[in-house]
Amino acid sequence: MEPGVSAAPLTAAAAGLLSCHTCALLSPGGARCPRCGSPLHRRKPDSLNRSWAFLIASVVLYLPANLLPVMYTSSLYGAQRDTILSGIVYLWQDGSWEIATIVFIASVLVPLLKMLAIALLLVSVQARWTGQPESRTRLYRAVEFVGRWSILDIYVVALLATLVQLGSFGHIAAGPGAIFFGAVVVLTMLASMAFDPRLIWDAAERSNG
Amino acid sequence: MNVAHLVACHDCDLLQRRRPLPEGGKALCGRCGAVLYRSHPRGNERALALALAGLFLFILANYFPIATLILGGERVEATLYGAVRHLYRTEMRLLAGMVFVTMILMPSIQLAAMCWLLMPLRRGHVPQARTLAYRALEVARTWGMVEVFVLGVLVTLVKLAHVADAIPGVALGSFGALMLVITAAGLSFDEEELWSRA
Repeated sequence: MEPGVSAAPLTAAAAGLLSCHTCALLSPGGARCPRCGSPLHRRKPDSLNRSWAFLIASVVLYLPANLLPVMYTSSLYGAQRDTILSGIVYLWQDGSWEIATIVFIASVLVPLLKMLAIALLLVSVQARWTGQPESRTRLYRAVEFVGRWSILDIYVVALLATLVQLGSFGHIAAGPGAIFFGAVVVLTMLASMAFDPRLIWDAAERSNG
Repeated sequence: MNVAHLVACHDCDLLQRRRPLPEGGKALCGRCGAVLYRSHPRGNERALALALAGLFLFILANYFPIATLILGGERVEATLYGAVRHLYRTEMRLLAGMVFVTMILMPSIQLAAMCWLLMPLRRGHVPQARTLAYRALEVARTWGMVEVFVLGVLVTLVKLAHVADAIPGVALGSFGALMLVITAAGLSFDEEELWSRA
């Protein structure tokens, strides 16, 4: 069910209204929302700078996250160190290709696609691109939704390290790659949270009116 | 200019008029499809019941083991807190911190904040520190990752299954149920009632 749209599409900003991020009240101005006291902003403060900063940091940390081992395994078969990718290959060769696929999607594909998507959104806003704002907004929503799932591998490593303490039969420890990987997940989440999707529509609006 | 009947889309900023919704319905932005608001008939009663159920499930999930591993006569049981403590003690402190924050701290805050806001509302009062509690709830909703953890446990069990006896514990079921309960509570939560009380 769609609410009524006014005759010419009007944004809150164009009408001189500020929308409270916490309680959704519209106010004609002011620093704080009169209803809930939260700070009012026309757009997320410093959205582009903060989003770029988090994104670049996450890209930089993505390298050690994948190059450094996330897991050390020692068992009767010997000692082994696994990066995210080598762990996936191992799973695949071992026959668990469903798990390998899940881990590949969550730990390799999702972070990469997220970073690309956020970069695309940022560039499109800064280049004042007016095309396909609905698709870009949907992309933003997808990125926000899917981001947390990359932390899957962190939980798997943490659980394996806790459970596999079986004396000489097996011992698993987390490696430095795991921390970097966790940092990448957090930073990409922060990057998408800092991005204000309304900026996509601001550029489209400016060109129309 | 009276703007109480208007809402601005949080994704595209379009101003739109609020309209009454059918029970259980939701209003989508006419321009970009974002959810503007939902109908919550007696939502906060349901949300409170779910939040309290969630607290109970959360306690169960932390008390009982998530999984047990048996191999060569050795047996290891892992509870969530046990996992955090193990990681902390074996010098993986940042990892311990991440698991603690996303799986213990944030869900606790989410459930506690919901109860904090909903119990006074039930009796017709405005909750104390309403804005602070609501913002804590929003942060906790973002950074709590119970669903991912449940999948993580399942992946771990499968990974271990062909080298050892990997037995899922009661906590796994509790976390699974918790994940559903938290989601349902969030959907039932009626922000309008919370903010419209003077």
